[in-house]
Amino acid sequence: MSSRGICDQVAIIGMGCTPFAEHWDLSLDDLIIDAARAAYRSAGIAQDDIDAFWFGTSQSAASGLALAGPLKIHGRPVTRVENYCATGSEALRQACYAVASGAYDTAMALGAEKVKDGGYQGLNAFPIPTDGTQRTLTAAAMFSLMLPAYADRYGVDPGELRYAAARIASKNHHNGARNPRAQFRREMTAERICEMPAVAGQLSVFDCAGVADGAAAAIVCRAEDAHRWCPNPLYVKGLSVVTGTGAGSLDPGYDYTTMPECAQAAAEAYAQAGVTEPRSQLALAEVHDCFTPTELVLMEDLGLSPRGTAWRDVLGGVFDLDGELPVNTDGGLKSFGHPVGASGLRMLYEVWLQLRGDAPAERRIPETGRTLGLTHNLGGYPGEIVSFVGVFGTEPTRS
Amino acid sequence: MRGVISAAGYVPYRRLDRSEIAAFFGSGGGTGTRAVASYDEDTTTMGQTAADAALRTTPVEPEALWFATSAPAYLEKTNAAAIHAALRLDPAVNALDFGGAIRSGIGALGAALAGSGPILTVAADSRDGLPTGADEASAGDGAAAVLVGDDSDGPVLAEHLGGASRTLEITERWRTPGGSRSRTWEDRLGANVLGPAAEDAWRSALANSGLDGTGVDHLAVTGLNSRAVASALKVIGAEAGSLVESLTDSVGNTATAHPLLLLCAALEQANPGETIAVVVLADGVEVLALQATEALADHRPAAPLAAQIAAGGPVSYGRFLAWRRMVDVEPPNRPSPNRPSSSAAQRRTDWKYGFAGSRDRSSGMVHLPPARVSERGGAVDDTDPAPMAHVTGTVASFTVDRLAYSPSPPTVFAIVDFDGGGRAPLELTDVEADEVHAGMRVVPTFRRLYTADEIHNYFWKARPVRTEPVAPAAP
Repeated sequence: MSSRGICDQVAIIGMGCTPFAEHWDLSLDDLIIDAARAAYRSAGIAQDDIDAFWFGTSQSAASGLALAGPLKIHGRPVTRVENYCATGSEALRQACYAVASGAYDTAMALGAEKVKDGGYQGLNAFPIPTDGTQRTLTAAAMFSLMLPAYADRYGVDPGELRYAAARIASKNHHNGARNPRAQFRREMTAERICEMPAVAGQLSVFDCAGVADGAAAAIVCRAEDAHRWCPNPLYVKGLSVVTGTGAGSLDPGYDYTTMPECAQAAAEAYAQAGVTEPRSQLALAEVHDCFTPTELVLMEDLGLSPRGTAWRDVLGGVFDLDGELPVNTDGGLKSFGHPVGASGLRMLYEVWLQLRGDAPAERRIPETGRTLGLTHNLGGYPGEIVSFVGVFGTEPTRS
Repeated sequence: MRGVISAAGYVPYRRLDRSEIAAFFGSGGGTGTRAVASYDEDTTTMGQTAADAALRTTPVEPEALWFATSAPAYLEKTNAAAIHAALRLDPAVNALDFGGAIRSGIGALGAALAGSGPILTVAADSRDGLPTGADEASAGDGAAAVLVGDDSDGPVLAEHLGGASRTLEITERWRTPGGSRSRTWEDRLGANVLGPAAEDAWRSALANSGLDGTGVDHLAVTGLNSRAVASALKVIGAEAGSLVESLTDSVGNTATAHPLLLLCAALEQANPGETIAVVVLADGVEVLALQATEALADHRPAAPLAAQIAAGGPVSYGRFLAWRRMVDVEPPNRPSPNRPSSSAAQRRTDWKYGFAGSRDRSSGMVHLPPARVSERGGAVDDTDPAPMAHVTGTVASFTVDRLAYSPSPPTVFAIVDFDGGGRAPLELTDVEADEVHAGMRVVPTFRRLYTADEIHNYFWKARPVRTEPVAPAAP
C-alpha cells in the first residue's frame, strides 16, 4: 500500500460535543444543532466561513440534506458518510482530506445518532433485503468469542481473564464518573461486574457499551491557517482506515485473538505520524471499547502491549487514568454509550481536551511531556472489521 | 422387478416425556415419550432430512420427488420444491406435493410402486393436539423417505408383491384448513367400519401378492384410530411375533409418515426372503406387500432408526407448548427479523437450500457463501461448487447469545471449521448450551430459521454428531 498521509497539513481548530444520554427530549436535529454550534463557538468561526461539510450517521438519516436542513447551510457541499461504527471518524477523514487537497480552506465533520427512538434496547441493524442466510447474532455475542479464544491461545486462566475484562469496564466507569458528558457516571467494581449474569458468552451487560443519543463535531482548516482561528490547535498526524474482506468468517486460520484490520490501521497511522513506540510516545488513547474483550485485544493490535500480555497490563493498571498510558480517559463507549455516527468524534473531543490541557482536573492525565493522542474507532465484528486509527498532536511539525 | 431401492426414517432429536403432561395439567399424557420436532423444524425440513438419508445409501437418482404431509409448511407453494433444492436435485426431477390427508403418505408410496422410473416418496408430519388431549399424547413428529424403482435402476431391497386399496367416505377424523386441532367421531364408528374393510383388503392383498396361506414375516398395522387398529389386527389374525413394533412408546404416531417409518423399521429388521406387509387405516384401507431380496443383506441405513430413537434428548413440556404455539411466551425485546428477499434467495438457491459454497480452483480455498473473487489469490470466476451438507465440521469457537432474537432463546452459535476446508459461522441446534465445547463434532442440518411475513426462512444450522455417520454411496 502506498499512503503518504497528510501529516501536519491539517489542523483541528474547534470541537463540540453534546452530552451522551437517552435524550428523550432531543431530536436528531437538536443534537446536530447543539454539536455544531458548540464547535463554531469553540473555533470562533461562523457557519458561513465553513466551505464544506461531512455528516456521519449510521442509521438516523440519509444524505447531506439531514445536516443542511436543520443547520440551514446554504449553497455548500454537504455529504453524508457511513462506515459502520467508524462512521464518525470517517466523516473526519473526509473533511481532513478535502482541506489537505486544497479544495477547501475549512470543513466540518459532524457525527450524530438518534438511537433511542427505535423502541428496543441495544443497537438495531436497519433492514437491507437479503437471502435470509446472514447470521442474526448480537455484536455482544460476536465479540464474546474473543475471550475463550484468547485464554486458549495464551494459556490464561479463563477466570482471571474474565476478571481482567471486567477491570477494563471498571476503569472506564471510573473515568466516566468524572465526565459530565458521560451517560453513566457511576463507578463499578470489577468484582461486581463478574458477579452479573452473562448475556452473551461470558459477557454481562456491564461488559457492553451503553446505548445513548449524541453528537460531536470538529472543524478543520489548513495547518498554516490554524492560528487565525485557534491559539492552540491540534494537528492531524495520521489517519488510516483498513477495511477487511470478512476473511475471518471464511478462513479457519483466523483464531479470534486479534483484529488484523486494527493492527494494519495502527501500523499505517503510526507510519504517517512517525510514531515508532506508541506506548511511550502517546499521551493517551481513546479506543473502541464496544465490549470489554475488544479493548483488551486492541491494546495488542494497537501495539500498546506485546501479544499475550495485555491482560497483565490491564490488571497492573497500565491503562488507568494515572497509569503509564491512560486509555479511554473520558469513560469510553462503556460510559458514553455508542451513538454510532458520533462516537469517533467524541473520542477526538477527549483528545482535544486532554492534549490542550482543557480536561477537568478530576480526570486530567498526568503531565508527561508527550504531545500525541490516538483515537481508534471500529465497525463490524471480529473477522470482518472496518478500523480507523487517528493520531493527533499539539506540535505543528513532526518531532 | 419393482420395489424399494432405499429407505430411511427420521426421528427428531427432542422427546417429550408424556408423564409431564399430567404432572402439569392433572390429566392427559400417558407413559413413554413422543418425538418432538424442534422449533426450527417443520414437515419440509424433516422430510428433507429423511430424503437425504435415503439418497445417501444409493447412487440411484430419483426422477420424481413426491412429498406427503398433513401439516404442509405452505399451501399453494410446493413444499417438495424446497426439499428438492436442499437435496440439490436436477431441475428435471419432478417435485410434487400430496396434500392434506393422512392417507396421502401411503397413497404416494403405493402410486410410486405402481408407477415407473425411480421415485422418491417422502412423508413427514408434525402432529398437534390441544393440551391433555389424546392426539397430543399419542402423536409424534417424524419423517420417512422411500426410493422406489425397478431393478434396472439399481438393486431392489424389497420387491413389491402386491396390495389392495379400499376407499370409504367416513367423517371419523377431520380438521379444517388452518385449524390447530383435529376432531374425531366416537372411535367405535371407525372400528366398526374399518375393521371389516381391513379384512376385505387384506384378503385381496394376500391373493394378488401370492401370499395366500404363507403368512407374513413382518406386519405393520397403523392408523390414528387405535380401536380400529386393534380390530384390524384381530380380523387379520396377525401372529404376535410378526408384528413390527408400532413406535408408540418412543416416537408416537407420525400419521402421514408412519406407514413409511414402520416400513423402514421392518426393512432394518428383515432378512433376505422375508415378507413385509403394511396395513394403513385412514379413510379406508391401504395394504402393501413386499418381499426382501438378497440385496437387503448389504444395505446399511445412513442413520438406523434404533440409533436415532436411542439418541433423543428431552424437551420440557413448557418448551414444547411454546414451540407449538399452544402458549405464547414473551420473546426477547428485539426487533423480529425481516422477511427474506425472494429474489435474493432465488439467485442463491444452491447456497441457501443446497448449502453449496465455492471452491477456488487456483488456491483450493472454500468460500461459504460462494464467492466470485477468491479471498486467496484474487482469482475471478474460477470456482467449483463446494457442497457442504454432508461434510462434518468441528466447533472452533462458540458463544451463547441471550440477547439475539430467536424463536427459542438462547441462541447457541459456533464458528464451524469443516473437514477438508471451509469455515462458516452457524447456529447450533438440537443441543444444550452447556454441552457445547470447542472441538465438538457437528454436521449441517436443514432448518427453518424463522418465519416473517408468512415466509419461512430456510437455511442450514449445525447439530452435534450423535450417531456414527455412514460413508456416502459411491457415485
